[in-house]
Parts: sequence; structure tokens; C-alpha cells
Amino acid sequence: MGTSFGRGGATTFQQDLQNSDCIVIMGSNMAECHPVGFQWVVEARERGAKVIHVDPRFTRTSALADLHVPLRAGSDIAFLGGIVNYILTNEREFREYVQAYTNARTIVSDDFRDTEDLDGIFSGLDPESGKYERESWQYKGMEAGAAAGERDKGEAEGEQAHGAHGGELEHGEPPEEDETLQDPRCVFQLLKRHYSRYTPEMVERICGVPKETFLEVAEALCENSGRERTSAFCYAVGWTQHTVGVQYIRTAAIVQLLLGNIGRPGGGIMALRGHASIQGSTDIPTLFNILPGYLPMPHAHEETSLDLYVGRNVPPTGFWGNGKAYMVSLLKAWWGEAAQFENDFCFDYLPRIDSDHSHYRTVADMQDNKLEGYFVMGENPAVGSANGKLQRLALAKLKWLVVRDFAEIETASFWKDGPEIETGELRTEEIGTEVFLMPAAAHTEKDGSFTNTQRLLQWHHKAVEPEGDCRSELWFMYHLGRRVREKLAGSTAERDRPILDLTWDYPTVGPSEEPDAEAVLAEIGGFDAERAPLVDYLPLKDDGSTTCGCWIYAGCYKGGENQPARRKPGSEQNWVADEWAWAWPMNRRILYNRASADPEGKPWSERKKYIWWDAEEEEWTGEDVPDFTPDKAPDYVPPEGATAQEALRGDEPFIMQGDGRAWLYAPNGIVDGPFPTHYEPRESPFPNPLYAQRSNPVRDEYNRPENPYNPSDGEPGADAYPFVVTTYRLTEHHTAGGMSRTLPFLAELQPEFFCEVGPELAAERGLEHGGWATIVTTRTAIEARVLVTERMQPLRVDGRTVHQVGLPYHWGGKGISTGDSANDLFPFALDPNVHIQEVKAATCDIRPGRRPLGAELPAFVAEHLRQAGGGR
Amino acid sequence: MVPREQPTSYYGRPIVKPPVWKPEIPYYFFFGGLAGASAVMASAATFAGRPQLARRAWAGAFVGVTVSPVLLIKDLGKPSRFLNMLRVFKVTSPMNLGAWLLAANGGATSLAAGLNLLDKRRRGGLPELGAAALGAPLATYTAALVTHTAIPAWSEARVEMPFVFAASATASATGAALLTVPAAEAEPARHLGIAAALAEEAATAVMHKRLGPLAESYEQGKAGHFGKAARALTVAGALALVASDDALHRPKRRSSFFAQRARKDERRRRALTVAGGTLLLAGSVCKRWSIFKAGFQSAEDPAQVIQTQRP
Amino acid sequence: MGGHVVEFETKPRVGFFTDTSVCIGCKACEVACKEWNHVPSDNQGFSGNSYDNSGELGANRWRHVAFIEQKLPVGVEGGAPDSFVQEAARQSLVEEGLEPHADEDGFRWLMSSDVCKHCTEAGCLDACPTGSIFRTEFGTVVVQEDICNGCGYCVVSCPFGVLDQRQDDGRVWKCTLCYDRLKGDMEPACAHACPTKSIQFGELDELRERAAERIEVLHRRGHGDARLYGDSPEDGVGGFGAFFLLMDEPETYRLPPDPVVPTRHAGTVWKAAAAAALTMAAGIGASFLGGRR
Ligand SMILES: Nc1nc2c(c(=O)[nH]1)N[C@H]1C(S)=C(S)[C@@H](COP(=O)(O)OP(=O)(O)OC[C@H]3O[C@@H](n4cnc5c(=O)[nH]c(N)nc54)[C@H](O)[C@@H]3O)O[C@H]1N2
Ligand SMILES: Nc1nc2c(c(=O)[nH]1)N[C@H]1C(S)=C(S)[C@@H](COP(=O)(O)OP(=O)(O)OC[C@H]3O[C@@H](n4cnc5c(=O)[nH]c(N)nc54)[C@H](O)[C@@H]3O)O[C@H]1N2
Ligand code: SF4
Ligand code: SF4
Ligand code: SF4
Ligand code: SF4
Ligand code: SF4
Ligand SMILES: [Mo]
Repeated sequence: MGTSFGRGGATTFQQDLQNSDCIVIMGSNMAECHPVGFQWVVEARERGAKVIHVDPRFTRTSALADLHVPLRAGSDIAFLGGIVNYILTNEREFREYVQAYTNARTIVSDDFRDTEDLDGIFSGLDPESGKYERESWQYKGMEAGAAAGERDKGEAEGEQAHGAHGGELEHGEPPEEDETLQDPRCVFQLLKRHYSRYTPEMVERICGVPKETFLEVAEALCENSGRERTSAFCYAVGWTQHTVGVQYIRTAAIVQLLLGNIGRPGGGIMALRGHASIQGSTDIPTLFNILPGYLPMPHAHEETSLDLYVGRNVPPTGFWGNGKAYMVSLLKAWWGEAAQFENDFCFDYLPRIDSDHSHYRTVADMQDNKLEGYFVMGENPAVGSANGKLQRLALAKLKWLVVRDFAEIETASFWKDGPEIETGELRTEEIGTEVFLMPAAAHTEKDGSFTNTQRLLQWHHKAVEPEGDCRSELWFMYHLGRRVREKLAGSTAERDRPILDLTWDYPTVGPSEEPDAEAVLAEIGGFDAERAPLVDYLPLKDDGSTTCGCWIYAGCYKGGENQPARRKPGSEQNWVADEWAWAWPMNRRILYNRASADPEGKPWSERKKYIWWDAEEEEWTGEDVPDFTPDKAPDYVPPEGATAQEALRGDEPFIMQGDGRAWLYAPNGIVDGPFPTHYEPRESPFPNPLYAQRSNPVRDEYNRPENPYNPSDGEPGADAYPFVVTTYRLTEHHTAGGMSRTLPFLAELQPEFFCEVGPELAAERGLEHGGWATIVTTRTAIEARVLVTERMQPLRVDGRTVHQVGLPYHWGGKGISTGDSANDLFPFALDPNVHIQEVKAATCDIRPGRRPLGAELPAFVAEHLRQAGGGR
Repeated sequence: MVPREQPTSYYGRPIVKPPVWKPEIPYYFFFGGLAGASAVMASAATFAGRPQLARRAWAGAFVGVTVSPVLLIKDLGKPSRFLNMLRVFKVTSPMNLGAWLLAANGGATSLAAGLNLLDKRRRGGLPELGAAALGAPLATYTAALVTHTAIPAWSEARVEMPFVFAASATASATGAALLTVPAAEAEPARHLGIAAALAEEAATAVMHKRLGPLAESYEQGKAGHFGKAARALTVAGALALVASDDALHRPKRRSSFFAQRARKDERRRRALTVAGGTLLLAGSVCKRWSIFKAGFQSAEDPAQVIQTQRP
Repeated sequence: MGGHVVEFETKPRVGFFTDTSVCIGCKACEVACKEWNHVPSDNQGFSGNSYDNSGELGANRWRHVAFIEQKLPVGVEGGAPDSFVQEAARQSLVEEGLEPHADEDGFRWLMSSDVCKHCTEAGCLDACPTGSIFRTEFGTVVVQEDICNGCGYCVVSCPFGVLDQRQDDGRVWKCTLCYDRLKGDMEPACAHACPTKSIQFGELDELRERAAERIEVLHRRGHGDARLYGDSPEDGVGGFGAFFLLMDEPETYRLPPDPVVPTRHAGTVWKAAAAAALTMAAGIGASFLGGRR
């Protein structure tokens, strides 16, 4: 999202789905995982919208959809690429929109080579690093410019699955363009060529979706897009959890841009986030490679300084042009008085990253004894993360482990009752890890805010006092910091300054000395030179006069009032309801909404009017807060040497992008290609019918003994894993189960771990409905009860019948409802942009009956591979 | 979509709930019937001037009305729960009316029984009439109790069931009396027992005929076993009574030789009577169990609900 | 208690319109009910009956969500694992193999949230010998646990198998239509939790109108199977206080096709009982005629 449009958040909000004429839910099981939001899909359907669910399984979402399209897990790019091809070959794109608001007309460097030329890889692939050098991807005439700053983007950038890098920061206006979109090197023509072989026949061959069904979907989208109508996409982790996950979303972005569905009511791409505040956890990140507001984390360069950082990361144009002001205000918020112009506002206090420090890399390092201690707060990786065995083996290598949770989750008890204890691969007396299990306060027991799936900050008030020793994260972090600072007090050591100089002075309330959450919100919301709360981020300065803990949240404490706590009922305001809570940025609900009007500022159509230019008042107005400089006229043309937003024209809605336009083609901000390309999952029973290159050439792999991969099609032993396996959620449980398997009322609704298989597979393998099955990969084997259901159907792929096995991933050894963990089956195989595990598509075998116990289990798993002629 | 030749159901789950009643209940039916029918028979005997038979019948009635509430209370859990039913009078509730009936009849029967035991030459009066008037319904209301429900095999038998209960009750009453009454005094009871047995078989046959497919609830499973047992015992009981009938045992000429034979014959006849009585009692118990179990089996089969509602 | 009903200032009758055509099977209603009413949990293990592992309404489940996969999972109805039915099913699959269903061929996943119907003529209420079950000022049917004596007569008198006895205390429990919430002018917990308005709470008359319009719409959209269930005061229980819009025959959802309250047969029942009593008396009397010798 960030790469395509400029911001790493859903472009719209769920209530707006009611205005859609066609909703495609793909890569999400919205009814089961976002039941409350799904009411707006139901509403749209009642208003006559066509609802399509594209999913390997027939789910509770499919049950309410007009059309369910079963496809093979891991083949969505082929499907969406097919739609792009359908649009372009039949000239169904929304021309004016594409010409005006996207980079379709931009001419790309002559050095760029497409996957069509190189049989599945782009130009710039560096054999030894296994990574792409992106010079050749740049716009024509900008190759050099682009190179600058590349260095800071070494390892892990681009979109975060749950949030995003703030788009491309490096360049200004594209030097060479072709308004007619005819130039063979213009983005539009390259796009056409890139997808020219994604024909309906090819879609059928790769996805197993009958040609007719595919065409029905493509036609539905085209019919319901244009001036008068709009279509929306909803996705979640059915798309992100792949070795090409980010590119899935990019493909949808391309479709929606060609159809002119971004920034308009009933359009957009609704990214459905997960945990209540997972969006918040990337806005104010729990990630290693970004700072609040998606400012890139500084890298460990030879010589570094604030100005060098700005030079490397801040583009001259677009709102990111104010990057320095955002950064300085952040530094001021953190180090207050200590941060002065003279000392670069304490820029050097910031940690530096040298390489990947994402979750899976960290676990691998743990296993290699590179880590001593580990904080696990609000996570249950022993169940929730891929290759559960490696997760647990690694935890056993630590000196200490802090787990903060409501109950003793599997991550805290691996040392006494984990599966490896049973198999003898770990022995309690040999585990040196000291585990500290600390009781956490639940959201009902503390004040705070959630930033939900639609960038909406909603405040929750403490309902009851936390019991006993339960404490909030805020309490834990604040008092931990306080104690560390007390210990360091008086130290003169240079290295202690960053901690000692921190502004660590939040007022505390109550007997437990709980820090005042609103004080934190105020710091995030920011203050101007007079210490008055900021209205929005426009006033932010780079001279140290303003402070702001997260620039995109600037204004969330406007007027000293807790904006997220606003609760004006929907009945008392218009349908956009912008007086309910507060959305970033600047309380906008639909992003890029300038695009809901034509270049002249008039609504594309009466039916779909949203934001328009009011000539009398000389300002943008409409249903929502304009996502545009309020008084910038449609015909505004930037004067020479203008910078930041001033450098964008009045008809360029994507104000975060350097060129003010949405990106069909991404020269930057993404590491595995400017155009999405169909690659098979890391583990697949099929070759890639489109290219010699089977899987994503730059995917993250961990080739180590604890992380073997199943042989894919053609490799020895491939026959041992003939089926596709995917994992997902059930309404009745939550993620790794710590919050649901422990509750009787939920446990009784889905009391046991089960697998979903079709009758044909059950017949082929002799699986008994209601009985037990053992699912096998090279990692391990797990057992599950069998649910034989017609909701799982075999598909014809590449001339063969393929069966898919479905596994809900909620189970583990603790709680009321216990069972094997689906994640024990999956390897570390990650998307290279955001390092998300591929748990939505892999290969497996399935056998009737229960699995072997104890030491026999690993033996069984090895034997299974050997029999098929694989393994050593 | 699944074609619907025969009625489908939701994973074969029952539509109506089977009773939650414990084994006390079929015995409650039995003793209620015993009490009711005995009371009627007792007062009839009293008025007919058959004190021997009357006294034994009153005893049977008394046992019935004392055991019944005990069983009911045992099923409910505690005595107060029985009294709960007497805090309201509710015509729509057979269970409630039954409670009142049981209480009232208990009173009347005890009184009449008492009087008869004290005064051996009593010729009957209001107390007897009262006991009889309340006794008859006590024997049949339990049928209403089961037919006034949502359980197909019970509800659809609403017309015949009370007759089955009445017959079975009468059989049990005679059976009880015949255990102790001297052979010579037993005649009317014996005839009554035979008649009741026949009536029970007849009523049952009609009931099953009307129930049609629903009758399987009575013919299969546990209910079926009890049903067959009931029939065997009742018929055997009746035959035993026939075999011991006066008609077959007219003493011949008066002479010492014949007197001896007569005494032997008398003993055999006594044995037959007691056997007959016992068989009738056992038959009645099995009958109640068969009907009780049939209710469960019917409730557990959703097809029965659907059949009755989709003719 | 029964006797007290009259003392209430009666309010307009309220109830539910459960529109199963928009139910997403999230079970929020089932959980919300248990949370609000402190209904004990009862874990029945993995059933294999689609996503329904909680079976049916009972003493410990006052809302229950049914799941029906049409083109049912193999063996779901085939009883015991390895049963002949399953074996046969499997064999036929091996031989013919099944065509992957196209959406048109009517494969559908029906979901429906069941609840006490709060009948106009309530079998349970009529049957209750203690007056523990009574009709509230809202026209709903509620059990008073302090009076219930566990006789279980309501259990067999409900044509819908709603009520059941709780093993531990022997008393019966069912949906109260959140009597306590109604008195506090709150909508019932289950309706409140329902995200798709599949459970609509309100005044019965108004709900019936809404339902009539809704069925119209569905029929116009070609959902011929859609039908209202329990909306008509003419039916065997005088209409439900909580009625439904179903997408298939009632029995598919474990609902009786044409329920009749036992009380409707009371006349026959009592006549027969009386006749039998008289016949018995007469018979006995007769056998004593001819008197003593
Ligand atoms: N009840 C409940 N709600 C939840 C959660 C929960 O645990 N329980 N978790 C929350 C969290 S953390 C998140 S991230 C969201 C996730 O929300 P979702 O992404 O909707 O949840 P999933 O079930 O993981 O995956 C959605 C669907 O992707 C399908 N799928 C698998 N592989 C593919 C593929 O290759 N292509 C396509 N098109 N589809 C595929 C699966 O069959 C599944 O139906 O849900 C949130 N909401
Ligand atoms: N196979 C497979 N694996 C997956 C996925 C998949 O679809 N398939 N989905 C992935 C996704 S999207 C996600 S989000 C992860 C989730 O995986 P995890 O995040 O590892 O699992 P959760 O159960 O969500 O862990 C959250 C824990 O935080 C605790 N908790 C809740 N509130 C608080 C609080 O306020 N404070 C503290 N300290 N603790 C709290 C809960 O009790 C719970 O144990 O799983 C990922 N893994
Ligand atoms: S759990 Fe919370 S976030 Fe998820 S659907 Fe329900 S209300 Fe929304
Ligand atoms: S449905 Fe059953 S329990 Fe509910 S009111 Fe009607 S008869 Fe009573
Ligand atoms: S069990 Fe309780 S509620 Fe039911 S009928 Fe008996 S007394 Fe009334
Ligand atoms: S109305 Fe109240 S008691 Fe009845 S089902 Fe709903 S939540 Fe439960
Ligand atoms: S809450 Fe509503 S949508 Fe969810 S299962 Fe219950 S009735 Fe259906
Ligand atoms: Mo998530």
C-alpha cells in the first residue's frame, strides 16, 4: 500500500463498503475474522452490490457471498494479473483517471528488463547477495538520483504487511512522460506487456479456476467501476502470508488504479488488520526498521548525522519533503531539552541497524546462541509462529525469558510440557533458560487506545482495576525505565546519556502508580512552539520548536482534548461519522480522496461525489476531511524550486508520493520487483507455467537443519508431499489461542483441533469423518480430528487434480481446549520485504490415524521423506 | 440440495426432548392405578357384602395411595417440591390436577379403608363412594399425564391410552387382592381379573392400530421387550385364573374319600389363584414400563415428530 | 408466579425476528447469552457436524447456532465412524469421484440461531403444575427458578424441545428473553451482540411487518426456498413470540414442521380419561352384581 499510494494503511474504512457496487473479498475470511465489519458487506449486498469471495475454502464468508471462487492457495497474483490483462486487452480501464492520477505515462529507464525478457526475473539481480540492485528500475533520466539514499534502504524496507514505509522518498517530478501512453517504454505499455500472458486459460491452468468463473469475476469488476460505479477489495493475511505477499497487494493496487477505484466512495482496498491495535503497532512501531510515522530507522553508516540521514531519506517533493521536521519533532519529543540544534537534536542517540533483525532472524540468532534475553509481551510464538519446533528450541538457548500474558501460555511453559519434551529433543533439566512469567492487565483494566484496521484511534477506558500483580505494558515499561535510570543516575558514561536524557516524566495515578495514558497520547499528538497541542502536522518545524511523538498522529490531542475518546453516535452525524474517535492522518476516513473528483475538481459523477473543489469558497469540501492542501486549486502549478507538498500540482492526489501520483510501477520501496509477478510458493507441487523461475528469487530462506524444506515438484521426494496445505482462523478462537482456548464458552464451540478435507481426498486417503488424521511435512507430523466437507474441493491445476488441506492454527498444549499446533508443520520461508512467514501455502501429506508419540515421531517424519526417495 | 424423499433432520437430533423422569415414574403409574382400581373394587365389594375381598382390596388401595406420593417425591427430590404443586390449582396442567387428585383420593381412601378394617360388618356409605369416585380418575389421569405432551407416540394415543391404563390398573387391583383372598371368596375378583386382562390386550391392539408407524416405539427396543413381557404375563395370569375358576371346581358327592380329594384340589386351586394374581401384577408393572420407555424412544426419533406433523 | 401476571401493567408484546438469511454463524449470540445469564458451559467435544459442536438448545444453552452444509459432509449422517454408510459413501467416491460443485448447483451453508419461541400458547406454561413458568408483562415466557420443582413436565410439553433439566439442581432452565434487561430497557444480550442484525428484537407487530417485507424481497431475488416460520397467529401455538425466516424446511434446522401445543388436545385427553374411568367403574361394579350367595 505504502509503495503504491504513499501510506501504509487501508485506503478506506469499513463503513464505506456499503457504498460499493461490487466487493471482492480475497485473501480474507472477513465474516469469520471481522464479523462486525462484515455487516457493511451485508449492507452493500442488500443494496444490490455483487459480493465475491475468492478463497481456497468455502467459508462463512462464502456462505454470504453471491459467488465463491475456489482457487489454489498461493496463486492469487496469476488471478489478479489475469484481471489486469483482461482490463488492458479489452480497454476497460478508467482512462482519464489512469492518465491523470497514476504513473502510467512515466517513461522507465532503458536499462530496465522485465520478467518477460529474463524468464521470470527482473534486471538487477545480484547473484551472490541474491538481492536486486534497483538502479535499472528507475524512471528514465533519474537513475543517478535514485541511487542516492539507496544505501539506507539496504535490508528490510517497503511495505509492512500491517502498515507501511511511507512510499518512495527519493525523487521529484518524473522527467520523461508520454501523455498518450503509447511509448513502448512508458509504464502503461510495460504493464500491458508484463501481463500479456496472464490469459484466462493461464489463470485456469495455474489457479484451478474455470475460465468462465474467472471471466465472471473480471467482468463484474469492470462493469462496476468507472465514473458511475465503484468496486472495493478486502484482503487480510490470506494475501500477506506468502513469500510474495507484498506483491499480492501490489497487484490489487494496480487493478484498483486501472479501474479508478482509489480515493472514491465504495472503492479502495480495505486492508483488514489483525489484533485490535496491530495498525497502531506499525504506526508507532514494534518493528526494527522504522520509527514512529514510518520514518526509516537510521542504518549504521561510516559517517552519519541528521543532515546525512535527511539527505539519504527525505525527497524534495511530496509531503515526505517535510521529513526533517517530522524527525526533529520526534527527537524533541523523546529527548526534550537535551535535544538541541548543536547536538543534532540527539540524532546520535538513536540506535542504528546494520541488517535484518526481524522476528524470524532473531529466533535463528537465538538458536545460534547470539541472544541472551528475550521479552515476549502480547505474543505466543511457540504456537503462533512458523516452525514451532525451532521457536521452542531457540527459546531453550536463552539465559532469560520474560513473558507477560494473562495465563501460562505455551511460550512460557515450553521447558516443561512442550512437544519437544515429549519427543526427548529437549530435556527440562538441560534447559538453562530462566523464565519470568508476569501477569498482564487486559485492555479492560487499563486506559489506552487501539488503532484499528481503518486507522481509527479509539480510546478505551479502564473498567476495573487489574487484579493482584497484573500490570499494563505502560506500567511495566515506564517503571522498568525508571529503575534503569535510577541505577544509571549520576553516571557520566557517554553510552548512558540516551537513557538518562530521555523525557521520562509521565504523571502516575493510583496506588499502583499507573502512568497516565493520556499524557502519553498528548506527547504523541505533539505541541507547537507555545506548548499548545498541535492541530495537525502542517505546523511541524525542523528547528526544534515543535515536538511530536508520531507525526501522522499529530492532532490526536487537538485542543487538549482526547480526540480518540470522542463518541458521538452515528445517528447524530453524517454516514462518515468523523466525530467518532479520530483517524490518522488529520482524521481523514478515505485517503487520497482528492481522487474522488476529476482533475478540474468536479466529482466524477453525482452518484459517487465525495470531495470536490468549491470555487466560491476557494477550498476543497465534501463528506470527509479533504486529503489535500485545503486551499490548493485544481489548476495550481508549482513555481520553480518549490519543495515538499508545494511542489505537487493541484491535480495530483497522492500527496505522499514524490510525483503526487499512484504507482502502477514501483521503481522503489519494494525489493522483489517493480511489477508483481506470479511465483509459486516456496513449497509447491507444481512448476511455474509462466517462467523458468519457479519461486520468488529474492525470498528469505533459512537453510539450516532445524528448518528443512519439502522438496517441490521435480525434486527427489516431492511425491511424499502431494497436497497443498493452508492455515487460517475460526471465529470461535483467537490466533495462538491464549485468549480463547482458555475460556470455557469459546473452547466448547470449537473444542478440538481439526483439519478440513474434501470427500475426494478423504476417499483417496481413507480418512474417516470424525476420526483422526496425521499431517506430515519435513518439519514434523501433527494429528487432528477429521472434518470431511464439501466446502473443500479438489481443483484441476496444470492438468492434474490437486487436493487442499485446511488447518486452523489456534491450537497448542495449554488451556481447556488443547491440540497440536499447525505451525509446527511450516518452515521459515518469508516475504523479503516484510519478513512475514509463508503459512498460507505449503505442501504436505495426510494419513489416516493418529501420529506416533515420543521419539518415534521424528523417526516417522524422516522415514516418510526417505520412502519417497528424498532426504539424505 | 439433498432431495427430501423421507423427512430429513438436523444430524438426526431429536426435535422434542425425551422425558427427564426417573424409574420412580412408571412405578408411580402402577401404584396410582393399583390404588385407584382397588378403591373402586373395594367399595364395590363392600356394597356387595363381600367383606373378605373388600378388606383386602382396601388394603391394596391404602398401600397404593401411601406409596404413590413417596415415589413422586423421590422423583422430585424433596417433599416441599410436591407441596409446591398444591400452591396453585391449574386446570391446564394434568400434573397439577393429578397432585390434587392424589391428595384428595389419599384422604378418602385412607378413611374408607380405616372404617372397613375397624368394622368388619360394614355395608358401605359416603366414604366408600368418595374413595371410588376419586379412585377411578386416579387410575386414568396418569394416562392423560403422558398423552398431554409433545411426544408423538404418547400424544397420538390420547384416545386409547386411558383405557389401557384403566384395564391394567384393574388387573393389578384384582391381582393384589387375589394374593390373599380365600379361593371361595375370590370369584368376582377372578372374573374381573380375566376381563381386565382381555380388555388390556384389546385396548392395546386398538391403540397400536391407530398409532400406525408410531407404534414401533412400543414394539421395538426396551419398550418392545417390556411390552411382550406384559402381554405374556397378563395372558398367563388370565389363564391361571380361568384354570382356578369355580366352574371347574364344583365339589362332587359328599363322602370322606371325595373330601380328601377336595382338599388336595383346594390347595392346587389356591396356588393357581395366587400365581394368577402375581402374574397380573407383574404384567401391569411391565405394561407401565413399556409405555414409559416408548415415550423416550419416540422423542429420540425426529422422524416421528415430522411424520405426525406432515401427514 | 402464575397468579401475579395480572398485577403487571402489561406492555406491548416483544420478541425476536431471527432472519437466518443474513446469519454469518459467528455464535456471538450464543456466547453473549451465556456471559450475561451466567449459563454454565458444557463442552461436548468435537461433533463433526459442520461447525456445530454445541448440539441443541437445553438447560445450559439458551441460544444455539445451527450449521447445515447442503451436499452434507460424507458420513455426517452416517452414524458411527466406519459405519456401513460411511464405507459405502467412501466407495462410491473412489469409483465415481465427485464433481467439484459449481456455485449454481445449490451448494450452500445455512446458519441459524435457535432460541425459545415464547409461544403465544406455551406448552411449557400450560403444563407447569407449580406456576413456576409465567407470562411476563412483555408477553414473554419465563421460568421462576425459586418455584420450579423439577417435575420436568414442561420438558415433554414443549413442542420444540427447548427446555431441559439441569443435572445438578434438577430444575429446568431456558431463555428468559433477558427479562432482567427488558426491565432495564435494554435489548436482549444476544440481539445486542449480533453483528448482522440477523437477530432483530422489537415489538412483535412491528417485527411481523418487517418480516413480511423481507420475505418479499428475498422471493423477488429468486430465493424461492425462503419462508417465514412461526409468524402466523393461526399456527398450532398461536404464533411465536420469537419467529424465524428460514431458507429451507424447518426440520432441516431441527424445528418441528407444524408444531401444536399439547393443550389444543386437552379436550380429547380429558374426555378419554373420564370415559375410561367410568368404564372401569362400571366394569368393576358389574362384576359384583349378582351379589353374594
Ligand atoms: N475470530 C477471529 N478473528 C480474528 C482473528 C482470530 O484469530 N479470530 N485474528 C485477527 C488477526 S491477528 C488477523 S491478522 C486477521 C486475519 O484475517 P483473515 O486473513 O481473514 O484470516 P485467515 O483465516 O488467516 O485467512 C483468511 C483466508 O485466507 C484463505 N487463504 C489461504 N491461502 C490463501 C491464498 O493463497 N489465497 C487466497 N485468496 N486466500 C487464501 C484461507 O482459506 C482463509 O479463509 O483476523 C483477525 N480477526
Ligand atoms: N500458521 C499460521 N500462523 C500464523 C498466522 C496464520 O494465519 N497461520 N497468522 C499470523 C498472524 S496474522 C498473527 S497476528 C500471529 C498472532 O500470533 P501471536 O501474536 O503470537 O499469538 P496471540 O495469541 O495473538 O498472542 C497474543 C497474546 O497476548 C496476550 N495478550 C492479550 N492482551 C494483552 C495485553 O494487553 N498485554 C499483554 N502483555 N498480553 C496480552 C494474549 O493472552 C495472547 O496470549 O499469528 C501469526 N501466525
Ligand atoms: S473481536 Fe473486536 S475487532 Fe474483532 S470483530 Fe469483534 S469487535 Fe471487531
Ligand atoms: S418454545 Fe417451548 S419453552 Fe419456549 S415458550 Fe414455547 S413451549 Fe415454552
Ligand atoms: S420443571 Fe419446573 S418449570 Fe417445569 S413444569 Fe415442573 S415446575 Fe414447572
Ligand atoms: S434473550 Fe437473553 S436469555 Fe434469551 S437467548 Fe437471548 S440472551 Fe439468552
Ligand atoms: S450473532 Fe447473529 S450472525 Fe452471529 S451467529 Fe448469532 S445470529 Fe448469526
Ligand atoms: Mo494478525
